[in-house]
Amino acid sequence: MKLLTGNDLKTGFVTWWTGADWSLHIEDAADVGEQGEAILAAEEGARRVNAPYIIKGEATPEGPRPAHIKDRIRALGPTVRPDLTLKPADPAAGDWVI
Amino acid sequence: MYKYDEYDHAMVDARVAEFSDQVRRRLAGEITEDQFKPLRLMNGLYLQLHAYMLRVAVPYGTLDSRQMHMLAHIARKYDRDYGHFTTRQNIQYNWIKLEDAPAILEDLASVEMHAIQTSGNCIRNISSDQWAGAAADEITDPRPWAELLRQWSSFHPEFSYLPRKFKIAVIAAEEDRAAMRLHDIGIQLVEKDGVHGAAFYVGGGMGRTPMIAPLIKEFVPLEDMLSYAEACLRVYNRYGRRDNIYKARIKILIHELGADEYRRQVEEEFAHVKSLGIDPPKAEFDRIAAQFAMPPLDASAPDAIDRSDPDFAVWVDQNVAKHKVSGHAIVNISLKPVDGIPGDASSAQIDLMADLAEKYSHDELRVTHAQNIVLPHVRKADLYAVWQALDAAGLATPNLDLISDIIACPGLDYCSLANARSIPVAQKIAKRFADPVRQRDLGELKLKISGCINACGHHHAGHIGILGVDRKGTENYQLSLGGSGAEDVSLGTITGPGFDEDGVVDAIERVTDKYLETRTEGERFVDTFRRVGMAPFKEAIYG
Repeated sequence: MKLLTGNDLKTGFVTWWTGADWSLHIEDAADVGEQGEAILAAEEGARRVNAPYIIKGEATPEGPRPAHIKDRIRALGPTVRPDLTLKPADPAAGDWVI
Repeated sequence: MYKYDEYDHAMVDARVAEFSDQVRRRLAGEITEDQFKPLRLMNGLYLQLHAYMLRVAVPYGTLDSRQMHMLAHIARKYDRDYGHFTTRQNIQYNWIKLEDAPAILEDLASVEMHAIQTSGNCIRNISSDQWAGAAADEITDPRPWAELLRQWSSFHPEFSYLPRKFKIAVIAAEEDRAAMRLHDIGIQLVEKDGVHGAAFYVGGGMGRTPMIAPLIKEFVPLEDMLSYAEACLRVYNRYGRRDNIYKARIKILIHELGADEYRRQVEEEFAHVKSLGIDPPKAEFDRIAAQFAMPPLDASAPDAIDRSDPDFAVWVDQNVAKHKVSGHAIVNISLKPVDGIPGDASSAQIDLMADLAEKYSHDELRVTHAQNIVLPHVRKADLYAVWQALDAAGLATPNLDLISDIIACPGLDYCSLANARSIPVAQKIAKRFADPVRQRDLGELKLKISGCINACGHHHAGHIGILGVDRKGTENYQLSLGGSGAEDVSLGTITGPGFDEDGVVDAIERVTDKYLETRTEGERFVDTFRRVGMAPFKEAIYG
């Protein structure tokens, strides 16, 4: 699957294209398939998200998972500060990254 | 401490107003990210993995308690309650919102701080010896000269768009505590026939092509220092490569020209520059220097230290250094607790260090390139009280220059350029060697980790260096041995094939075991490595 991601203009937070809008949560990410470039171009024009780009991912029972560790860290948060990740209460969240 | 004059205030205030308007236009959608990016970078605002990151300059690592409190305030109000002190003697905030950036810069300006020239292809924050003004071995305080360079380089119209970023360090002691020869220009203040001058080392640096700066001029009279620096920059600005980012640093130019030819061109340029009269009149330098006068320290203060508390005694032995004034000491605060993140401090810890500076260190603090904090002027009689306060706040780890005093860049946990994580590796090593007796037995051992080839973690200069790389989507760590950023400067040599995260920790333990087995009396790790070479260590690592 292909995922579209970027950083929110106002906050800089990592954000994912859901098919209709942007979400901070990777679980909401949609497979943009062959439409990725067109959506990317439209969203660059909308200027809500910085430097959007398309990445490879895989569908898992827990939801979409980026193929590269860098994007998995982007999706969760810093592995060395679980309290600052999007899943501070989940002690196993770091396993998803590695 | 230097205090802004009307020109400094006007320049910084004008920049805050200008950038505030640029942020407003960006948020309103009036300018694109491509248009905005160079503007935000000129104000130290990066976009990293998780959010915007703001890098705030701490000129030559010196700040007072009011400024330190402001750094805590920013962490608390605008970030996530902590800051990260860097190898450039700066501080970085990792969770800044774009809409908050103008308010943060206003707050910084209110205490004479800013984020200008902490990014971009310009002259960056001038770095210096963290013990400057207090060190027993310095010939003079290098900070007035660093301040002069700061003023000269701030908004320098000719050097705002150099081929690449440019870093200058100034020291005034034989012991190099600032990695001076690994800067684009390293200036060492020296004495010759009773007169002070500046030795210019030009063309050092780390990154993907590490080089040690050659000596370009042995003795530049101090009244010519700015003109000579201007000449060095002019030759680089004229001939430095702009066609290839990887070959754009001055070290590449000097390597390709040869030091002799570069020196010849600088001398030719200097003859012209000197006629322009850019060096300040003595009265102006004296005005700056007066602001760095030694605080009123009582040289008759007691010199003895009550060492009856054994934990305190260990901390004194490891983290307290000799001051130039009797009865006083330099306190080094380690930001490297086991399980901690190298260089990170909470807002409460930052506030505490500011309070201690105000009460015990004549209102002065320093940020070190090793990501620690210094209280430069503490009475020996006050050391126990300082230690107790630090210990209660988790800031009394007695590991300065030991194996767990690790320099580590933010790595892939935060940095968009990184290929591998640095911090977890640092934490695993610190945990493996957590036993303080074992650490002290190993002695001085400088371990430095970078998460990519850009070498922000100074791995080339580590007695033991680690470079994180991306090997087919997996983190992998190359080990190097024998580097040094000190006066015995050298570049590390790669041991061989890399390791995974746990493997590199095991490899380091095999290296230190081999050192213990091989060393002679009083020999540091790096000395043993230089004496016996790579072979026995390689054998220990790979079998």
